[in-house]
Amino acid sequence: MVNFSIKGFIKLAVFISFLGMAQSGNAQNKINGKKIFETRCLVCHQSDGGGVPNMNPPLDGSTNVNGKDIARLVKIIRNGYDERVALDGMYYNNAMTANPDLKEDAIADVLTYIRASWSNKAGAVTISQVKAALLKNKAAKK
Amino acid sequence: MKKQIQLLSMAIFAFCMNVIAQENAGLTLPTGFKASLYANNIGTARHIAITKSGVVFAKLNNPNKEGNSIVRLEDANNDGVADKMNGWAKYGGTGIYVKGNSLYASSNEAIFKYELNSKDEVVNPLTPQTIVSGLLDRRQHNSKSITFDKGNNIYVNIGAYSNACQVEDRKAGSQGRVPCNILDSAGGIWKFDGTKENQTYKDGKRYATGLRNVVGLDWNNETNQLYVAQHGRDQLNSFYPNLYTDAQNAELPAETFYAINEGDNAGWPYVYYDPSQHKKIVSPEYGGDGMKEGSSEFKDPAVAFPAHMAPMAVLFYTGNQFPAKYKNGAFISFHGSWNRSPLPQEGFFVAFIPFKNGKATGEWEIFANGFAGTENGAKVTNTSKAKARPCGLAQGPDGSIYVSDDTKGSIFKISYSK
Repeated sequence: MVNFSIKGFIKLAVFISFLGMAQSGNAQNKINGKKIFETRCLVCHQSDGGGVPNMNPPLDGSTNVNGKDIARLVKIIRNGYDERVALDGMYYNNAMTANPDLKEDAIADVLTYIRASWSNKAGAVTISQVKAALLKNKAAKK
Repeated sequence: MKKQIQLLSMAIFAFCMNVIAQENAGLTLPTGFKASLYANNIGTARHIAITKSGVVFAKLNNPNKEGNSIVRLEDANNDGVADKMNGWAKYGGTGIYVKGNSLYASSNEAIFKYELNSKDEVVNPLTPQTIVSGLLDRRQHNSKSITFDKGNNIYVNIGAYSNACQVEDRKAGSQGRVPCNILDSAGGIWKFDGTKENQTYKDGKRYATGLRNVVGLDWNNETNQLYVAQHGRDQLNSFYPNLYTDAQNAELPAETFYAINEGDNAGWPYVYYDPSQHKKIVSPEYGGDGMKEGSSEFKDPAVAFPAHMAPMAVLFYTGNQFPAKYKNGAFISFHGSWNRSPLPQEGFFVAFIPFKNGKATGEWEIFANGFAGTENGAKVTNTSKAKARPCGLAQGPDGSIYVSDDTKGSIFKISYSK
């Protein structure tokens, strides 16, 4: 009985410290993500994530950005985008540059930052989600 | 007591300023000019055209909530605010022009012609003649702006579907195509016969080339010449951070205004115009380093404007209402920039270009400002926050000018009285 509660306590402690790590990891992810956003995304999508009417779609408040289809978001960041996009009742025309050099962790970080910035309140994106998305995209190509 | 009077007078002053601002529809204008909000929320109003009786037609970029992409407006009681509105057509686009008893409108790939009756109503809204079709629309820079010379020739911009004619558009390190094959069918001004049906590229003529994207163009009847305003290339700092800082990108290249003769080449994508060096500079995609001067075969601009402000319309003023200095000069509308980030944006105003003896003096001045609707004229940081972005320009029969906005769809009427 005593044994069990000590085990339970240790388990709980490990769990709490893991949560803490995840939390601080998440803050670091957002800082990395912000840096990537500012160097690669801000010019077109603007510092308030509002985009440019008719040209570059907004990230702030966008149903795509806040949605569940992480694979689509990963694909756009990695491969760029060159189609007219309809989003929330508006159309956007400009082509987006591909980012073939952005690693899985960097894609996760920038998506985590974008999905938690301005009015966005969507969940963080993990490296394993990005890896799964890249595999899925690769499979779709074949 | 003294303090109370002071507060009261301040309040009255603030109230008056507010009323004055509302009276001018929120715009700042030179002394003697007044503005009214002629129309509001009509849809994404691109170019506008006005008949001899004062009927205003606006071409919308996308169908509005009534499902129309051409709107007809009339101010029957002549109070400066439209009181009649209807519309038709499903195709989005930019160009619109009144020529005699005809109304021309463009989609992003074709030009249509409608007939007007004696009340300036469109007789055949559902069955226009197709004057030109098959013009290139690859989304980027796809506005087909139109104007006429004194005869029946129509001039249409076909914008380049590219930033700098790279092998892969807007990709860091991708070289410029040699030669730039886009110029065969885009990146210039084409001339067609405005009276002939069913024309396409083979029936027209490439009138001028080396123009990345011209949204604003107008014929100068005084000198019988075409004038165009080009949107200069973007993202010098994004793709060439070793050659251009953010601050340099915010000022490079100039937005350029050209007096065009048949056969002219303005040099895109091979060169851009640097307004501080007063030179055409070789584009980095073609081996430039920010200093290397471009070929003299390319045209110099008549006026160089600050970078990225996006000129949307040109209007030569031929009216008699405004003071004499405006006669035969050009108004030019600026949509407002986005590619000056991370620095504040510029533009969101209508400028005036004085002409002397049929030539631009090279000077320019802000004519109407305040479209963005920021408090105390603060700079716009993020483009989507601008309340209105100037787009189309047209002159009414009484000599007033009209400015359209393609965000919420306002039309401002600007008049002068002594």
